[in-house]
Amino acid sequence: MLRIVQVYPELLGTYGDGGNGFVLRERARRRGIDVELIRAGMDQLLPGGDIYLLGGGEDGPQRLAVVLLEEAGFSRRVAEGAMVFAVCAGLQMLGSRFSVQGDDEYVGLGLVDAVTTRASTRAVGDLVTTVEGTTMVGFENHGGETTIGASVEPFATVERGHGNDGRLDGFRAGRIWATYAHGPVLALNPWLADAVLAEALEMSELAPLPSVADQLYESRCRVLTRRAAD
Amino acid sequence: MWRTVRLQIAKAAVRSTNWISLRTGRGSGTVIGGMVGLTIAPGLLEALAANRRIIVVSGTNGKTTTTALAVAGWGDDVASNDTGANMPAGLTAALVRNRSPRAVLESDEAWLGANVEATHPAVIVILNLSRDQLDRASEVRQIADRWRAVFATAQSRGAVIVANAMDPLVVYAAFEAGNVRWCAPPTSWTADTMSCPRCTAPLHRSDERWWCSCGLVQPSASSYLDGTAAVVGDERFEIPVTLPGSFNQGNALMALTALVEVGVDVRRAALRMAAVDEVAGRYGVRRIGGQVVRLLLAKNPAGFAAMLEDVGGEGDLWVSINARVADGHDPSWLYDVPFEVLRGRRVRCLGDRRLDLATRLWYAGVDAYVDEGPPVIEDRVIDVLANYTAFSDLLRDSQPC
Ligand SMILES: [Zn+2]
Repeated sequence: MLRIVQVYPELLGTYGDGGNGFVLRERARRRGIDVELIRAGMDQLLPGGDIYLLGGGEDGPQRLAVVLLEEAGFSRRVAEGAMVFAVCAGLQMLGSRFSVQGDDEYVGLGLVDAVTTRASTRAVGDLVTTVEGTTMVGFENHGGETTIGASVEPFATVERGHGNDGRLDGFRAGRIWATYAHGPVLALNPWLADAVLAEALEMSELAPLPSVADQLYESRCRVLTRRAAD
Repeated sequence: MWRTVRLQIAKAAVRSTNWISLRTGRGSGTVIGGMVGLTIAPGLLEALAANRRIIVVSGTNGKTTTTALAVAGWGDDVASNDTGANMPAGLTAALVRNRSPRAVLESDEAWLGANVEATHPAVIVILNLSRDQLDRASEVRQIADRWRAVFATAQSRGAVIVANAMDPLVVYAAFEAGNVRWCAPPTSWTADTMSCPRCTAPLHRSDERWWCSCGLVQPSASSYLDGTAAVVGDERFEIPVTLPGSFNQGNALMALTALVEVGVDVRRAALRMAAVDEVAGRYGVRRIGGQVVRLLLAKNPAGFAAMLEDVGGEGDLWVSINARVADGHDPSWLYDVPFEVLRGRRVRCLGDRRLDLATRLWYAGVDAYVDEGPPVIEDRVIDVLANYTAFSDLLRDSQPC
C-alpha cells in the first residue's frame, strides 16, 4: 500500500496544490497500484506515509504549519525514508530559515540547507524550468528569494520566471524534492508525477499511462517556450 | 462656488466621455467617463452620492446578482452600476446616469473602503469572501483585515452592516462592528476557512454552527431560511426566487435584509424580486449553433461549487474555462472545485484552457472530451458553466431564443 499524505490542507492548500495528491493517487490507481490518499488535518496526529505533500499557503498558516510539523515529529519520518514533495511555502518551510511578512525571520524545519528572504517584488507568473533536460511548466506566486547551500542540488534551472533567484528553482536533497511551481505542477507535468511515484516506489520506471494530461503538457510547453523565445 | 462649477464640469465630462466611448464602440461607456470625471473633480463621487439612500453590496460571489435583486426589490427607479463596473469610476458613472434618490451599488472587495468612504451608504451588504484570482488580488485574510477598518468607520456614521454569519472570514471582519444584521444563507463552501481567520487554530463545525476556541463564533442570525420560508427579523414569508439554486435564495435573503433597513416592505420586495430571471445574461437561455443552452457564470471554486449543485441531473454539460487577465492567469483553482460530483455525466470542455479542464476532469474520473467540431444537437436545454471571459465570449457568440 502506497500512502500519500496531503499535509494540513487547511493551511497549505491555497493554490490548488491539493491537486498534486489527486494526480499521484489517480496515476497509481490506474496502474493497479494499491494506493491511499490521506488528508492530514491540523487537528489530528500526522499519519505515517510514503509520500508527504506540502503545498503553498499564506504567511500565517505557513508559520503555524512549521510549528505543528515540528511537534508531529515530521523530521523523524523523513529521516526514516519518507519522500517529500513540496511546493512554494512548503519549500520555504523545509529550509533552515525564512522571512514572510515584514523582515521578521522564522526558523524552518531545517531539513535542507536553504534560506528564504523577502524579495523586493513578488514573482507572479508562468514558471518554466529544465529538470535534467526535461521541460517543467508551472505557475509561481510568491515573494521569496531562496538561497540554497553550496552542497544542495537545485531541483531545476529556470528558463522563464523567477524560481529561487531567477536562475535556479527549488532543491533536491535525497528524497526531499521542492519547487516553486504551482499549477498544480504534477497535473501539468505528468512525467514528473510519474518520477515522484517511481522514486517513492523505488522503481526505475512505470508503465506508460497516456491521457489528456500529456496533451496539456505539450500544449503548455509549446505556448510558454514560444513566448519565452520572443 | 468654484467647487460647484468644477463638479458640474466633471459631471458633464462623464456624460460626454461615455457618449463618445459608446458611439466609437471602444467601450461599454461606464468606466472611462467616471475616470475622467474623478480626475477633474476628485470629490465627484461623494458629491453625487450626497442626499441619496445607498446600499453597497460586496463579496467574492453573488454581488452582481444580489445587487440586481435589491434593485428589483426596492422597486421604482433605482440607480445602479448594473454593468458590473464596481470601482469608484464605475460607481461615479452609474450615479451620473441616474439621479434617483436611491441607489444599489456593487463594490469590488478590494475597493470597498474607497467606495464606502465616498458614498456614505445606509447599508453595506457583505456576502462572502473566498479565493478569487490569487495571482492578482492579495490574500483573502488581508482583505478581511481591511474590511474591519471599513466597518468601524461606516458604523460610526450610522451605517448598518448586513453580513453573512456562515462565513468565518466575513464574521472576523464584522465581529466587533455594532449595527450588524447577521444572515444565514445556505452555504456549502468551507475550504477557505478551515483555520480560524483570527488565530489560525482549526475551526470547529457542527451541523448547526462553527466556532473557534479563541472566541470567534458564528453569530446567531436574525435572517435565515426555514424550509421554503424566509425569516427576516420578525417577518416570516415564502421566498419566491425565480433564479435557480440555494445560493440565489441566500442572495435574495441578504438583499431583503438590506431593504428592510432602508424602510422597504419586505413581503412586497420579495414579490418584486421574483420577477428577476436573468442577471447580465446569467441564467439566460440562449442558442449557440443549433443548441439551446442555459448560461451559468462561476468565477472561482466557491462559485463553481455552488453552481455544480444547481446543474444536477444527467446528460451532457458544457464547461468553458479561460485564463485571461480578468479571469486570473492561473487556472490551478480548478483543482479546488469538487468536479467529482459530475461522475457519470459527459462534459464538453471549451475555452482557451479546455485542456487544463479536461485534465482536471480526467483526474476526477469524469468522462470529458475536448471537441473542436460542432456538437451533436440535443433536444433539451444544456447547461453551460463558464468563468468570466469565457462567459462573455459565450454571450457574444450566442443568440436569444
Ligand atoms: Zn480563533
